[in-house]
Amino acid sequence: MSDLAAPAEATVLDVARVRRDFPILDREVHGKPLIYLDNAATSQTPIQVIDCLDDYYRRLNANIHRGLHTLADEATAAYEGSRDKVRDFLGAADRREIVFTRGTTEAINLVANGWGRAHLRAGDEVLVSRMEHHSNIVPWQLLAEELGIVIRVIPVDERGVLDLAAYRTLFSERTKLVAVNHVSNAFGTINPVRELAEEAHRHGALILVDGAQATPHQVVDVQAIGADFYAFSGHKVYGPTGIGALYGRLELLEAMRPWQGGGEMIATVSFEAGTTYAPVPHKFEAGTPAIAEGVALGAALDWVTATGLEAIGAWEDQLLRRATLGVSRIDGLRLLGTAPDKAGVLSFVVDGAHAQDIGLLIDQLGVAIRTGHHCAQPLLAQFGVDATCRASFAAYNTLDEVDAFVAALERVIGMVR
Amino acid sequence: MSIDTTAEQAQQELLEEFELFDNWMDRYQYIIDLGKQLPDFPDEWKCDEHKIQGCQSNVWMRHRLEEGRLHFDAISDAAIVSGLIAVLLRIYSDRPPAEIRDTQPDFLAALGLDKHLSPTRSNGLHAMLNRIYEVAERAAA
Repeated sequence: MSDLAAPAEATVLDVARVRRDFPILDREVHGKPLIYLDNAATSQTPIQVIDCLDDYYRRLNANIHRGLHTLADEATAAYEGSRDKVRDFLGAADRREIVFTRGTTEAINLVANGWGRAHLRAGDEVLVSRMEHHSNIVPWQLLAEELGIVIRVIPVDERGVLDLAAYRTLFSERTKLVAVNHVSNAFGTINPVRELAEEAHRHGALILVDGAQATPHQVVDVQAIGADFYAFSGHKVYGPTGIGALYGRLELLEAMRPWQGGGEMIATVSFEAGTTYAPVPHKFEAGTPAIAEGVALGAALDWVTATGLEAIGAWEDQLLRRATLGVSRIDGLRLLGTAPDKAGVLSFVVDGAHAQDIGLLIDQLGVAIRTGHHCAQPLLAQFGVDATCRASFAAYNTLDEVDAFVAALERVIGMVR
Repeated sequence: MSIDTTAEQAQQELLEEFELFDNWMDRYQYIIDLGKQLPDFPDEWKCDEHKIQGCQSNVWMRHRLEEGRLHFDAISDAAIVSGLIAVLLRIYSDRPPAEIRDTQPDFLAALGLDKHLSPTRSNGLHAMLNRIYEVAERAAA
């Protein structure tokens, strides 16, 4: 766990009770009980969130913000209530600092297009780490093509840990932004984002943190981190797909140009007098948003908060340790990502057994893991592989499931070799 | 390998072999074992020209026309895909181009492979089939 998550004595998670909240865990796959270990791709959804979505369409469904009728009013209150929950979840100071997006990817693209286009000039530099998800690389490459900005890559050592000494030397007077993840989706490395932010600010640069893999596992406080922007996705934190949020410091958001134009984001529109924009955050939320999903994201954050992120994180640590120990005994298995601080992810390759074979065969035994490049090709390339197997854990996974996963892994490796 | 049979007969044989197994783990094991018996595919053949895109694993396939028959060699760095290659070669390799072109991949559904190895799993099965049909189409024209 990172120093930001922290409390030494986390309450113990009642996993049996947690599991009862997830109806999907009762299903079978190929006649075997589902063991779902692809949580870094998407987490499963508790009944409270499913009920919230259901209830929204049964009782509240209306377009938000402009209606005078009761349904519109209630739907708006529910949606805006979720914004308050996101603010509290991220430790933001002001609800206006929370912009709803489709997810982390759209949040990063919003920063690239809303802030980047307004503030970056040819020759300006953006520092991006080698362990970024493609969604925190490609938006900057698109800007580099168009504006001539320069991307400088923060190196990663053989454990999958950011090289902080190298990071410090990458700054120049042209460095305008650092774009890094809080937790690596491919390896699970927890990055020292507070230190990264301090260093960025010392050089007058801003920092954007991709929090997609951190928010499910630890308490995040954007103010304690010193993040200028922080992005996360609902569907990785027990919420619905299609909804996420960008936190941006108020003064930054206020100075940013809108990215997408349309309804909801304007104050007045005129062909003659020109158009003025709605105040933040609404000027970044053009069009009818994912209202039901936004409301249900609030229910997901309620569920996570009530369950306790410290307890979840501590439990996942146990799962990760057990899994690491279990797979370490397998002959020819190489772990990728051996950082001292890791969250929820076990990435590995096996001599004589292609990741694709393992993924297909272990699925036959009911175990869902992910295989491939995990949208982190630059990182995998550094380690000389183009695919790994990745097991990733969530609050509802059990030690028995971890043991069953290890046994299934041994069995399928035996089939292939 | 298929001089004495037709593609149709080869499909039928495979079907009978698969019916010996009553569960998919055993069928996968059989597929993997078929892959292990593929003829050597020398490293110098593993060039971009022979590489088939669209697979999570690496697949290389080369062909030559010999006495009116198309011969395919292929290999993958993944075991199941190598096994699927072995299945494909039994049906399609060493046959006249027109026969290859006109042979429908009925075995996919008959063996249940379409369900277990759907194209969305990017296993390369369909990419390999497309390459075989393309080559046969050109050779038959």
